[in-house]
Amino acid sequence: MDILLQQIINGLVLGSVYALVALGYTMVYGIINLINFAHGEVLMVGALTSWSVIQVLADSGLPGWLKLLLSLVAAVVVCAALNFTIEKVAYRPLRNAPRLAPLITAMGMSLLLQTLAMIIWKPNYKPYPILLPSEPFHIGGAVINVTQILILVATAVTLVGLMWLVNRTKLGRAMRATAENPRVAALMGVKPDMVISATFVIGAALAALAGVMYAANYGSVQHTMGFLPGLKAFTAAVFGGIGNLAGAVVGGVLLGLIEALGAGYIGTLTGGVLGSNYQDIFAFIVLILVLTARPQGLLGERVADRA
Amino acid sequence: MKDNKKLIWFLAAAFLLLVLPSVAQYAGNFWVRIIDFALLYVLLALGLNIVVGYAGLLDLGYIAFYAVGAYTFGLLASPHLTEAFPAIGAIFPNGLHTPIWVAIPLGALLAGFAGALLGAPTLKLRGDYLAIVTLGFGEIIRVFLNNLDAPVNITNGPKGLLQIDSFKLPLVGFDFGRPGSLFGLEVSSVTKYYFLFLAVVVVSVLICYRLERSRIGRAWMAIREDEVAAKAMGINTRNLKLLAFGMGATFGGVSGTLFATFQNFISPESFALNESIMVVAMVVLGGIGHIPGVILGALLLAALPEVLRWVSGELDLQSITGGRLDAAILRQLLIAVAMIAIMLARPRGLWPQPEHGKAAPTPAS
Repeated sequence: MDILLQQIINGLVLGSVYALVALGYTMVYGIINLINFAHGEVLMVGALTSWSVIQVLADSGLPGWLKLLLSLVAAVVVCAALNFTIEKVAYRPLRNAPRLAPLITAMGMSLLLQTLAMIIWKPNYKPYPILLPSEPFHIGGAVINVTQILILVATAVTLVGLMWLVNRTKLGRAMRATAENPRVAALMGVKPDMVISATFVIGAALAALAGVMYAANYGSVQHTMGFLPGLKAFTAAVFGGIGNLAGAVVGGVLLGLIEALGAGYIGTLTGGVLGSNYQDIFAFIVLILVLTARPQGLLGERVADRA
Repeated sequence: MKDNKKLIWFLAAAFLLLVLPSVAQYAGNFWVRIIDFALLYVLLALGLNIVVGYAGLLDLGYIAFYAVGAYTFGLLASPHLTEAFPAIGAIFPNGLHTPIWVAIPLGALLAGFAGALLGAPTLKLRGDYLAIVTLGFGEIIRVFLNNLDAPVNITNGPKGLLQIDSFKLPLVGFDFGRPGSLFGLEVSSVTKYYFLFLAVVVVSVLICYRLERSRIGRAWMAIREDEVAAKAMGINTRNLKLLAFGMGATFGGVSGTLFATFQNFISPESFALNESIMVVAMVVLGGIGHIPGVILGALLLAALPEVLRWVSGELDLQSITGGRLDAAILRQLLIAVAMIAIMLARPRGLWPQPEHGKAAPTPAS
């Protein structure tokens, strides 16, 4: 029972990170139908930026939470600027090109960011300092620390904020209109370029938040750290039905739970034959099974084939 | 007149390809080896081109089939199985040395089967859903290769398979793994492999060329352009998509077996996601669906980085930049920049298919 509760907590924390990153994928996909392969790298840049800011502030005598907050703000700003530039340089010129062309530039961008990060920050693993009190709370035999509680709260608040933005504000309406039909949206006075840029900036902010959370929770940062969460988040987005915001959240949280529970129980279930080193493939096996039954993803709408 | 010109070009190209290894050999066997690997990539890219280029199915896990071929050959022609399982060792006291006539077709068959297996559940999926499922499939295969050393040691885990047999023609007694001589000239092992791979590539190009113009090829392209319309025209889209997956995977499997026999060593590291992405990049950068373009893309992405590695080694970049830039980093950086720059400059690839639906310009009479 303790293990179950503990793995559920771990799964929710991991799932929150996936959900935030998946939202970035799904928003971009919803609007310009592009798998933004560089999105995981934005998370990595966010985490490394935050690490650098904390290094600079190390001797400032500020309280830990303030350092974390300042580094988060810096990470959000840097990532937003980065993603804005990426879209402008690598995706915008190819908007009317064959479908695979922007996909290749996205892959190139991902490789480029990883390499540049390796040159700037050196390839070694860097310990991410513990800035929040780390005494665990005990809940029915399972433990949870302040960082993990904050991750859950921050994710929930961000999601509410995003839902409000998309469903209640003018920008949100413009985004939904552009996703539906860019040309008609433009006729109605929406500026598609502006909306697309805004989408990338919002997605980058979410990725930066996720990156800082991920680093704070796992305690180390490195230039390749964006790859796995990026891949999983993309899986989560497809799992929930790509292009659908609620789907990305549901997919992310479910994926986190599946991974944590799978890793916790596979050893006992199979009598020790398969270990937790198979953790990284649960996501894909579940994904293949789900898509076989529901090709449009869990919450995705059935899109008619081209008329 | 025009045919004459074509013939001259053709003969010149054939001559160049024949003397290329002897020229490269002067610079060192290292260079011939790079050319050999480039040819293997050409083979992979041609196979992926069937799936992505002709049938329009985006496959991001293509390297998995390469892995299936390589591991099939590796297991059947290395001491690993006989050492790990005494029962098998008892049957083959001299070690398991499956002849290539059995191992290579088996590798191709298994890879093709894996391709159809992957294709079956994904038939209903559209575009990007398919991409992520194939990507996941590639990762699943890699994770299994990495972890199947316990409880039963099948793949030897991250250590990989060692001492894989080289390519031998058993009846003639011709061994590609050993240097030989021809008309008194020393012919190194890598040069022998060069001609082997070149022959396989030429055959593959012929197969692809004929496929492209066949009923099947035209059906694939119809599916790529508009699946609903293709179905309405009476094309069995399900079978043809499965066939595309299977065919592409078979190419991957054959290149995998050749890779295993050429390297004599395989490990899961060679089959990471990055490799899949690299092959997709070769196909798209070169010119999707266009055989000469795909070959160009493969050669460019496979050979250029090695040349750069050599250049940066000569310049001693590492000491100039204080250890921040070395050959491997520079290579990665340049591949990334090339992928972005080429796509931005030529969104349809370096050497794309002539405009679809238009006949070649007729010569003025």
